[in-house]
Amino acid sequence: MVGRGAMSNSIAELKEAEFIFATGTNTTESHPVIALKVKKAVSNGAKLIVIDPRRIELADFAHRYMQIKIGTDIALYNAMSNVIINEELYDKEYVAERTGGFEELKHFIREYTPQYAEQITGIPSEDIIATAREYAAADRASIIYTVGITEHSCGVHNVQSLTNLALLTGNFGVPGGGVNPLRGQNNVQGAGDAGCLPNNLPGYQRVGDDAARANWEKEWGVTLDPNPGVTKVTAIDDMILGRMRALYIMGENSLASDANAGKTRKALEALEFLVVQDIFLTQTAELADVVLPAAGFGEVDGTFANSERRVQRVRKAVNPPGVAKPDWQIISELGERFGYKKKFNHPAEIWDELARNTPILAGISYDRLDFQGIQWPCPTSDHPGTQILHTDNFETEKGYLMPIPHVGIAEPTDEEYPLILTTGRRRATYHTGTQTGRSAGIELLVPHEWVEINPEDADELKLDDGEVVSVSSRRGRVQAPIMITEKSPPGVIFMSFHFPNETPTNVLTTDLHDPITETPEFKACAVKIEKIAQHHKKQSDKNGTQNTNQSLKMAD
Amino acid sequence: MLKEETLKVVINGQEVESSFGKTILECARDSGVDIPTLCFDSRVKATAACRLCSVNVKGRRLPVAACAQKMEPGMEITTDSSDLESMRKTILDLVVSENPTGECVRCEEIGPCELHTLTKRYGSKPGRFHGALSGEKSKDTNPFIFRDYSQCILCYRCTSVCGEVEQAHAIVPAGRGFGSRIAAAFDSGLLDSSCTFCGQCIQTCPTGALMDRKMLGQAKASEVTKVKTVCPYCGTGCGLNLHVANNKVIGTTPDWDSPSGEGSLCVKGQFATDFISHKDRLKTPLIRRNGVLTEATWDEAYDLIVEKFTQIKEESGPNAFTFWTSARATTESNYIMQKFARAVIGTNNVDNCSRT
Repeated sequence: MVGRGAMSNSIAELKEAEFIFATGTNTTESHPVIALKVKKAVSNGAKLIVIDPRRIELADFAHRYMQIKIGTDIALYNAMSNVIINEELYDKEYVAERTGGFEELKHFIREYTPQYAEQITGIPSEDIIATAREYAAADRASIIYTVGITEHSCGVHNVQSLTNLALLTGNFGVPGGGVNPLRGQNNVQGAGDAGCLPNNLPGYQRVGDDAARANWEKEWGVTLDPNPGVTKVTAIDDMILGRMRALYIMGENSLASDANAGKTRKALEALEFLVVQDIFLTQTAELADVVLPAAGFGEVDGTFANSERRVQRVRKAVNPPGVAKPDWQIISELGERFGYKKKFNHPAEIWDELARNTPILAGISYDRLDFQGIQWPCPTSDHPGTQILHTDNFETEKGYLMPIPHVGIAEPTDEEYPLILTTGRRRATYHTGTQTGRSAGIELLVPHEWVEINPEDADELKLDDGEVVSVSSRRGRVQAPIMITEKSPPGVIFMSFHFPNETPTNVLTTDLHDPITETPEFKACAVKIEKIAQHHKKQSDKNGTQNTNQSLKMAD
Repeated sequence: MLKEETLKVVINGQEVESSFGKTILECARDSGVDIPTLCFDSRVKATAACRLCSVNVKGRRLPVAACAQKMEPGMEITTDSSDLESMRKTILDLVVSENPTGECVRCEEIGPCELHTLTKRYGSKPGRFHGALSGEKSKDTNPFIFRDYSQCILCYRCTSVCGEVEQAHAIVPAGRGFGSRIAAAFDSGLLDSSCTFCGQCIQTCPTGALMDRKMLGQAKASEVTKVKTVCPYCGTGCGLNLHVANNKVIGTTPDWDSPSGEGSLCVKGQFATDFISHKDRLKTPLIRRNGVLTEATWDEAYDLIVEKFTQIKEESGPNAFTFWTSARATTESNYIMQKFARAVIGTNNVDNCSRT
């Protein structure tokens, strides 16, 4: 635990890594340009270790591919820590000076022998040992991960047990090293930076922090609630209970992208008043009481912050259609009607209000961003920005080594639901297809959803390649053709959520979630696959959309 | 990393400091000396195919390719002389003599291509050397990459970028001698190859042989403005330029100065921005009336929101509201949304799509 939810290092540095530990990241599909840096590092002689339940494309470039059983990451990382500590491969000076909790971890980790981890993870113990030794020996060892680590009911613990490895070996603050979550959306970092979190004011200042709150109260001229708000996941429960009466969504197709879509639908339908502001009439917008047309990408000025904390300018190139307006302008105008009179004429003025009250962004201005972006923390106008975090210190007093027990997934398989569904992305399509689904030609690259299934499972279920099947979980049912592939390990099927009209995959996923971040376990839920009777199949081909809508309703 | 060791050389009579491992071309460009190139792309291994960057090195009988020759201590290099200029013109005359005459679509619609920028500079024209034309227009119908190998000069930049940077190996050099050509496996279309449609072959091509098919036929190059921005898809934050004509985004090219993208894009940033002008875009506010979403004015929409929000706040307080912001929208819009939630409505119930 070191204190920042962002890449510790920078994207271009990956090319210089000597060792890359890629875990829970299907980089070639989800971050294709970051994958180029990884491939370049490998061409330059770096060792790449790929850990993933699926035999993803990145495995083709790996020095060693370790096929891990879904949801057993903690056992693997703990066993690596076990080897690093037992063989005294850790950086003794670094551990003594910069970290806390070593003795507790050392004691705790004893039971996580590579042999014990092999039983849990399915990874041969000799591979675990070799990887631990190589990671510890490398001077510039970079850990990269994506939502394959965080979208689990033990997501925080996954990250903490993974971070132990970098702390033990002193891999923070090193060029080409660090612990690097690759963020999935263009401005997920910026949304967090701007304070769009129930527990955080802008710049990750806690709502419970009196001094921070007092500062924002002065800036905004209001009194602020010192208690954290609720996350999306809790809000959905509150809507169903009738406690949450109104929801305002800016630019998200929640009905298609959130876990357990049947429950999301029930929650949104229970609301008294739903406002959706978007660029298209998404499935979510169709449920709204008021839909507001927003100006989108290419039509607005502003900034995005990427995975490496780099704030970059985005610019208006064309006018929005009809009477659509930029999101900030719509909300400002609404604010005025509620009597809040502060007016902004341009996003630069909004940025300045944010930056002058936010220490990590204080030195960044639109003038400085004209040619290239700047990486936060950037406290002053003459500060160059921060390429690498934690060179001298951590956000917390020390980097804390955390003893984390392995727990496993929240919804294991059973007789009725014998397969694990894991979800993710495909390169040419993006999220719920709102944008890529409306870009010509993409449909030729990924024409529709399909269920990736191992040949053994397909044989057992007597399924032919391309056959349309029914996939169901405790929460709902969808239909899609199968693709028989060794990429899926036996017992695991893979689907994306790119085609929510025809195949709303998230009616299947579970909203069981991490207790700390409340991130649902998108990466594992129990499902079954059934053949569709011949006459039924024909009907579904003709009327696919209608049938899936029915199944969505049935899931309620 | 190895510490760079410096060495001293002389370029065009000027003493210049450089480092071991650098090529003559890199060293010259570092010190502001221009050497023309055609087959060179700094991201891939030099092929030295075009010889346009040939320079004289004292003590060498023949000119050497600056892109491939590594620096040696004490080298004395001449990058400009009438002999070199004449050789460069002849090389260009030879190159264009294999291509059809007539206007270049790339120059007309996208902007001056590298080949014709150089032929203009050297006063080089087709027709000096007679003979057969090489290459032909591909029948590949993929919607993204237009391939007209009658314009190809076999510089191998496309195959190098595909193999060394993207590492897709979708296109490779094929054939021998005059029959040399660029091809996907079994001369198939790119949709049947390992092509990821990253578009990097188009961006490195110095001629009109490879072009963005979606951009073609949309505007004249002179009508296009380029707007520097950042890709709207994943969190890599690759820089790109939006090409705009008549208030419409007609396509993109990479921003070579982008720190994270470093000139690369993927299929989405390269080819999936036409959603911006899609006919389905929301153009007016909509209000649900008798169960149906119907067109409304901004005033009607705002009035309804104010009325409902005021009523709910009076009855149930600020925590009966929740605000979900967008990891797709700008930081400024996100900031305004959370400010509205906290300062206007009075609730910390604000979250974004990062956890889902």
